Amino acid sequence: MTDFPSMATGRDGRFLNRTEMLGAAALALLVFVLLPLALDPFRLNLFGKYLTYAFVAVGLVLCWGAGGILSLGQGIFFGLGGYALAMFLKLEASTPEATAIQSTPGIPDFMDWNQITALPGWWQPFHSLTFTIIAVVAVPVIFAFIIGTAMFRRRVGGVYFSIITQAIAAILTILIIGQQGYTGGVNGITDLRTLNGWDIRTDEAKTVLYFVNGALLFGCLALAQFVRRSKLGRILIAMRDREDRVRFSGYDVASFKIFVFCLGAAFAAIGGAMFTLQVGFMSPSFVGIVPSIEMVIFCAVGGRNSILGAVWGTLLVNWAKTTFSEGFPELWQFGMGALFIAVVLVFPDGLAGLWKQHVEPLFARLKPRPSAPQPAE
Amino acid sequence: MFADYSWGELLSIFAMQGFAGLILFSVFVLMALGLAIIFGQMGVINMAHGEFMILGAYVTYLVSRLFETYMPALFGIYFFIAMALAFVVAGALGMVVEWTLIRRLYKRPLDTLLATWGLSLILQQLFRSVFGPREVGVTIPQWMMGSLPLTDTIEVPINGLFVMVLAMSISAAIYVLMFRSRWGLQVRAVVANRTMADAVGINTERTDRLTFGIGCGVAGVAGAAFTMIGSTGPTSGQLYIVDTFLVVVFGGAGSLIGTIASAFSISQAQSILEFFLSGSMAKVLTLLAVVGILMVRPQGLFALKLRK
Repeated sequence: MTDFPSMATGRDGRFLNRTEMLGAAALALLVFVLLPLALDPFRLNLFGKYLTYAFVAVGLVLCWGAGGILSLGQGIFFGLGGYALAMFLKLEASTPEATAIQSTPGIPDFMDWNQITALPGWWQPFHSLTFTIIAVVAVPVIFAFIIGTAMFRRRVGGVYFSIITQAIAAILTILIIGQQGYTGGVNGITDLRTLNGWDIRTDEAKTVLYFVNGALLFGCLALAQFVRRSKLGRILIAMRDREDRVRFSGYDVASFKIFVFCLGAAFAAIGGAMFTLQVGFMSPSFVGIVPSIEMVIFCAVGGRNSILGAVWGTLLVNWAKTTFSEGFPELWQFGMGALFIAVVLVFPDGLAGLWKQHVEPLFARLKPRPSAPQPAE
Repeated sequence: MFADYSWGELLSIFAMQGFAGLILFSVFVLMALGLAIIFGQMGVINMAHGEFMILGAYVTYLVSRLFETYMPALFGIYFFIAMALAFVVAGALGMVVEWTLIRRLYKRPLDTLLATWGLSLILQQLFRSVFGPREVGVTIPQWMMGSLPLTDTIEVPINGLFVMVLAMSISAAIYVLMFRSRWGLQVRAVVANRTMADAVGINTERTDRLTFGIGCGVAGVAGAAFTMIGSTGPTSGQLYIVDTFLVVVFGGAGSLIGTIASAFSISQAQSILEFFLSGSMAKVLTLLAVVGILMVRPQGLFALKLRK
């Protein structure tokens, strides 16, 4: 798949070209000004939840759009990040006073229901917030590093990689549901209350978290843009299009793939942790095959080659999902299916591609045209 | 974990669990055979494969209701008619899908994956709208009920036995089709070298369509067989899709023998572990082992040597 437009990002040596700057400004306006002004706290929290998926979608733009690696297991990393934070919050909520009615006070309620009498050793470090914040990113990245090393060093790629990541997502879901004494099972880790004493359930806290989430997202976007603009980004695209040539030119293809896969995992993990904070629980239904593949569709609808497009796509698909599934749940399922097919057959470059093709020429026509370059005599 | 049982008991446990594993094996084989044709030979990822299977199951359900209402005298043989119909319906839908969707995406395997996932969502909702969200079961004909006692502690259910025989005969039929028929020769030629196959006069487009149709048809038959041992719901297909892909990849894509061998080892491991551990842990351990082996040996158990 040769895709020259996406290679043209920033030939001029600037961090953002004019269109990208306008796009980023428009998105910032929407996220930080328009949405908070227009929506009540409940709806704003809902959009905050959508934005946590955007972290995953941005990671997928790097892995899939630029690197050509389609991971169907981003839910693994989203879930691991979310669970790590949920464990900390759950421990904080399970003080001996708050859980005095349990047969073993001081451990999370679901452990008590499952006849577990002591906190397991691997839960202990999650008493510390510092450890938890490190673990939110480190655990998924290490996991991604192991998967990536095992697969890419053996030159497993393409659809095989997708299937294996999907299988791992399935395994993790079964494991979480099966070990309900340690993980909260199918309900997940619920009833989270405070973060270091700060009540996260109030409307003010949710609004603050929304802005923190937005700021983190823009941080990730900047990082993603940095990667795309760097030489590394060029190599990724070259790898996607002609892997052999890059290898024969002396580059260690596997290392680049592992790096970008780990970066995507880190983004997803941050999104997962913010999800836990804003929504107040984490459950296996955000880990498995279905959520993982839905995150791919967010990215595909927005445009697999555009990090800003991925955010727009995520917001749009989720907003449509909420709106339609409230009114017509049956139609939504058909619509989602049709979206998968349409995004592949009709507009493979997503919204960003449509924008580039149809809207930008309009803008160009509006602008006063610089005098046509004179053919050199 | 073996200490609490006597030798005789252990033997019976292994025999009974082994037999339960054989039934699981038959289901895996039936599902994986269709996928082995589509994914293994054509390299197309069909995430809607499970839904084609469920389509076959619903066809069987409809036929059984039809016989119950109008031809109760012939009820004993309805299953064979249902099976043929399931093959035709699923196969026909498969060919339509190939013509409208898949053939545009042969050069973009990852996109095929997304598009067929969309197809599977649409089919699931279609099943839900037509048949309702609850699982339906078919009435098993009289001769398939009951079980054969082998010893005092070991007995085998007849419907399980029937599904096993079915799986074996369909595997044999596909083997003959692939390696002894003109069509099989063409399919293998197209897989080995599409351009050359085209050059010697094989109609590669028709071969692709037929191959995809037959793969989907076999999935339909698998669904029909599935009704004999379990009930069918709109999302039942999704439960099996990952397992099935793992079976095909683990066996080595493109190798029919590999597919059967890997279906056998996965199902046996899972059902024997199931007796000693909880069902979910048995599944986790089995799948983890498969993924682990695939990381060490990505080409699967039986790799077909192909020049790429």
